[in-house]
Amino acid sequence: MSWVLELLKAIGLTVLLFTFLAVVTAMMGVYAERKIAGWIQARLGPKHVGPQGLLQTVADTVKLLQKEHITPRRADVLMFNAAPVVVAVAALLDWVVIPFGTLGSRVLVVRDINIGVLYFSAMASVTVLGILTAGWSSNNKYALLGGLRSASQLISYELPLALGILWAAMVAGTLSTVGIVEAQIQQGGWFLFTLPPPIGRLGAPFGILAAVTFLVAATAEVNRVPFDLPEAESELVAGYFVEYTGMRFALFQLGEYGEMFGMAALATIMFLGGWAEPHLAPYLWVAVALGAVVVAAVILLTARHSLVIRPVLSLAVLTAAVGLLMSVGGHLPSIVWFLLKLFTLVFFLMWVRWTYPRLRLDQLLNLSWKVLLPLGLLNLLATGLVLTLGGR
Amino acid sequence: MHVGLMHYLILSALLFCTGLYGVVTRRNAVAILMGIELMLNAANINLVAFNRYVAPTAVGGQIFALVIITLAACEAAVGLALVLAAYRTLETTQVDEINIMKW
Amino acid sequence: MGELGAFIVLALVTLIPAVVVVTSHNIVRAAFSLVPSFLGVTGLYILLQAEFVAGIQVLIYVGAITVLLLFVIMLTEGGTGVRLRQVNEQVPLGAMAAVWLAFVIIVILTRTVWPVGAGSPPPYNATAIGNAFMTDYVLIFEATSLVLLVSLIGAIVTARGEE
Repeated sequence: MSWVLELLKAIGLTVLLFTFLAVVTAMMGVYAERKIAGWIQARLGPKHVGPQGLLQTVADTVKLLQKEHITPRRADVLMFNAAPVVVAVAALLDWVVIPFGTLGSRVLVVRDINIGVLYFSAMASVTVLGILTAGWSSNNKYALLGGLRSASQLISYELPLALGILWAAMVAGTLSTVGIVEAQIQQGGWFLFTLPPPIGRLGAPFGILAAVTFLVAATAEVNRVPFDLPEAESELVAGYFVEYTGMRFALFQLGEYGEMFGMAALATIMFLGGWAEPHLAPYLWVAVALGAVVVAAVILLTARHSLVIRPVLSLAVLTAAVGLLMSVGGHLPSIVWFLLKLFTLVFFLMWVRWTYPRLRLDQLLNLSWKVLLPLGLLNLLATGLVLTLGGR
Repeated sequence: MHVGLMHYLILSALLFCTGLYGVVTRRNAVAILMGIELMLNAANINLVAFNRYVAPTAVGGQIFALVIITLAACEAAVGLALVLAAYRTLETTQVDEINIMKW
Repeated sequence: MGELGAFIVLALVTLIPAVVVVTSHNIVRAAFSLVPSFLGVTGLYILLQAEFVAGIQVLIYVGAITVLLLFVIMLTEGGTGVRLRQVNEQVPLGAMAAVWLAFVIIVILTRTVWPVGAGSPPPYNATAIGNAFMTDYVLIFEATSLVLLVSLIGAIVTARGEE
């Protein structure tokens, strides 16, 4: 009865992943988002519930749990209830192939399947169905418009996204996420800056271009500003989930943040070496630590009354500590490295969100079809050519 | 009892006939396309099942399945473009009302 | 035992929504019912150890074709309220033809002796498929690419209408 055991294992892992998704990505993600938004807009962000407002999201979740579920009168009830589940489950399934690090000789991943990145992009593309379902079944014109916008946007941006994924798969020579990280460990450098020997560092432009294409497409794929037309608050009053209340609304949020963290995790795996420790010479690590100290000192001297002084100082102290530790030959667990890279990317995405204005629909589609797609294709072609000429 | 080739073939036959029923009874052009997609899926199940049970070491069946999936995407794109064009001029997508060729 | 159970579940997941697709009077529901049906077929591919085809199936059928169908339905049908007569007068005839055809196919299938090959599929599926595409099946590959390009242009030109 081995399949019963398999089933039990799968259920256990699902619960574990879902907890991770709910606690780390949704709760911490929302908290970080609000804090960062606050700092960027010269506000404080959540501050009153718990130390530094840390429990704000918990309070919000409890509040959402208590709220009434409202179903619009002429909505398609079955589909209306199914939509948030589809979005959340699709985001959850993304994480099946994400390796978090290593423990001894074991890789911490739910399942290392040999079509890993293909599976990831397939699951990411299921999200649009949930959004479309929500938009249509609400029987609300704003929701429908949001759903339709989302469909056209996701279909357009799936292509550059897939090209970015394809690039990493081509360079690594495998579709498995674990295999992609191992290829980077083997060549001793991230795909962002290094191609396999004999090209090495000369391949940096290709890697950076692929990473930029992928990140822009990923931002659009998870409907975040500057590509948040499907849920544009100021014109569509939140778009496809305008009719949702309580926990169903929270499931949409969960799906959105789970998807965003998932994209960031995939980018970490494909371009930033996943769980691999960066290999820098000791003096470079000292330079990193010193740089952090200098930045901290400059900020202390020039902007003592700024709102962001505490977070920036703590970041600088953290960077300096890591730099010092690495320069004396210390090690951090691989999972810590993975999370560090992941959160750096997530921070970057949030920074972008609170900095740029929203695009218009035609600009959005132009960017995808006329800029990202040709760039991605050319980059793929050029990288393949270079790798072949280099004797792969 | 093991799952054999026959199970897959019968399943695909049933799926194919379901799709066929949809194609001959539906009025809406998009619904007819949906029936065709079901029929293509039935054919794909056949190809992959033959690949697995008759020639497991080859990949020919899977290749054909992939080609059919690609062509299904083409078919859907062109078909839906035609539906949109018809809707623009005739303001209907019901195929029994698109009958100006009869005049 | 586990395999048969999985097959039966997947067969039901494939067939029941397929029946909804062809009989539902609500066209949007019919289109959404395609999704579980396609996912059931994906499960069958995984059962047949064709993981790569399964991945492409989800990506193309569930992620692209269904969305495209829904998109066109929503552009041409309006909101949730519209209920047109969805079937024509051929329902009894069509049902008879479908049942008859299923019967004939199944009879033929059960009376044929199928050759059974020995061996197991190559362990890493995607590599084998890629190699085959670039060597033995390169003509098919190129022809498909050409068809894809032609249909892309054709779809754009057709859907665009006159300026």
